[in-house]
Amino acid sequence: MSTSIQVRRFEEEFARLRRRQRFQLFGYSLLFLGIFHVAAEFSQFTLERLVAGLPRIGEYIGKTLPEIRYVSLFSDVATWYYGILKWLQLLGDTLLIALMATLFGAAGGLLLCFPASRNLVGRYWIYFAFRRIAEIARCVPEVVYALVFVVAFGIGPFAGFLALMAHTTGALGKLFAEANENIEERQLDGVRAAGGSWLEVIRYAVLPQVLPNFTTYTLWRLELNIRSAAIVGFVGAGGIGQELYQAIGLNYYEDVSAIVLMIVVTITMIDLLCERIRHRIIGRESLQWA
Amino acid sequence: MGLSAASVDSAQLASWRERFPRAFGRTPRERAILLACGLGLAAFVVFCLVRFDASPARIVNGMERFGRIAGALFPPTPGDAFWDLTKAMLESVGMAFLGTLIAAVIAVPLGFLGARNVLPIRLLRFPIRRSFDFLRGVDALVWALVYVRAVGLGPLAGVLAIATTDVGIFAKLFAEAIENVDRKQVEGVRAAGGNAIKTVRFGILPQVLPIMLSNVLYMFESNTRSATILGIIGAGGIGFALSDRIRAHRWDEVGFIIIMIIVVVALIDFFSHLLRTRVIRAGGTRPLVLAEETAAPAAPEATDKRR
Repeated sequence: MSTSIQVRRFEEEFARLRRRQRFQLFGYSLLFLGIFHVAAEFSQFTLERLVAGLPRIGEYIGKTLPEIRYVSLFSDVATWYYGILKWLQLLGDTLLIALMATLFGAAGGLLLCFPASRNLVGRYWIYFAFRRIAEIARCVPEVVYALVFVVAFGIGPFAGFLALMAHTTGALGKLFAEANENIEERQLDGVRAAGGSWLEVIRYAVLPQVLPNFTTYTLWRLELNIRSAAIVGFVGAGGIGQELYQAIGLNYYEDVSAIVLMIVVTITMIDLLCERIRHRIIGRESLQWA
Repeated sequence: MGLSAASVDSAQLASWRERFPRAFGRTPRERAILLACGLGLAAFVVFCLVRFDASPARIVNGMERFGRIAGALFPPTPGDAFWDLTKAMLESVGMAFLGTLIAAVIAVPLGFLGARNVLPIRLLRFPIRRSFDFLRGVDALVWALVYVRAVGLGPLAGVLAIATTDVGIFAKLFAEAIENVDRKQVEGVRAAGGNAIKTVRFGILPQVLPIMLSNVLYMFESNTRSATILGIIGAGGIGFALSDRIRAHRWDEVGFIIIMIIVVVALIDFFSHLLRTRVIRAGGTRPLVLAEETAAPAAPEATDKRR
């Protein structure tokens, strides 16, 4: 019978496939190794340097850890966190920077997003210009904005607020515009047919559809902004980051671990809170859609 | 035809107004709540501005100075350091590449340890998952500061900083991907007599590899962004040149560097996106990315867990 022929044909086909796969794997590995080599070359990364560096990292982190004994637990923790009042205030500043930047950034994004949506503007160049503005504003990292604003507005949390706001405006403007482009067109036609102006179309046909999305995007941005607000302090833009930068620079080892721990705990708590709110919003929405 | 105004007498209108107050606009109560919210928000903004020390004079002066700076960014020129800047930019990309790669390699075994279906012992899994959270919670820039102190200035500190944060991110994402694998294939390998290693190799790995790869590519994009700023605190890459030019107020060169960063980041995004869609299509699985942009909670129907 032809079964043996079929089996042989199958075996041949399978072998050919395997050969091709092996060949591809080999090619990709070669390409990957090449890229790896170039990357290591450019970033001066060698195994010796890594091996030499690793123990020193352990040493440094060991130095930042406080000495806490069981017998004098409270006084040790109190010594470790001697600056808690000042740090809490600075942490509060960091949160205010993030909140304000998210508030103003969301407002900016809201203004930017409607002319940046392809389905809401007739003229292509208006859409193109506003979309590119949002994208470029979003491309520049917060820290770079902070560096520039510190020069323009002086050291302090105000520069940090402006830096985060600029980045948030771009990021949310783009996300909002993408949400606008995914809406149901029929409602737009409805408001237009009833004689609504452009603003009325936005208010009565677009906003009701996208508002839940806008809220979740904004909350998610708030989480990111709290992280960034702690960072922009490194270049002089206020908040707890500035204090951490000084503590590291002046080798106040135990302060470093105390402040980092405070930041991490705060960020984790706020992440959990925002996640819960977001899920609640999404949950209610998906119930309505069902 | 419809309902003309003349056919409704004022008594009828009044009775409707009483029965359906919200059809005629906001009720006084709602208006009061809105007003209170608005006032509260305004008070918060004013409080913050006072706390930030943002006097009108400072804002005006700052705007003026910022306007001058923005004007001085153009026309952007590389100065006489075009090749140095290009090299620094490539150094940033190299840092991102190595950092992502090292993190991915370390995170694969950690991800398995953090997955409920691989390590069912809750008492062991909990501290592992929390340590991922800690690595993730500390920003790469903070790690970079620490590493610059420990291993000295230069790209090595940047590579390690990126790797440290990413180990936390990858381990969490990988663990979640592993927890979401289809049990049937795993059971199939077990039923055919495969041991633990073979179960992982033939039951789990083929399912999670495309997800892992697309996550790694995604983080590479995001890390290129971070690698451009790590230099500001001395951890190698283009950031050092940037902060140097800003401190020296050489704004035309600052403009050039910023444009360079935008172009390179856009290029990397483009290629990585291309690769990612190929990887995903080949794997036939939706990616499970939780970092910037893609982590943006998608439209309600997309995040619906019941699908």
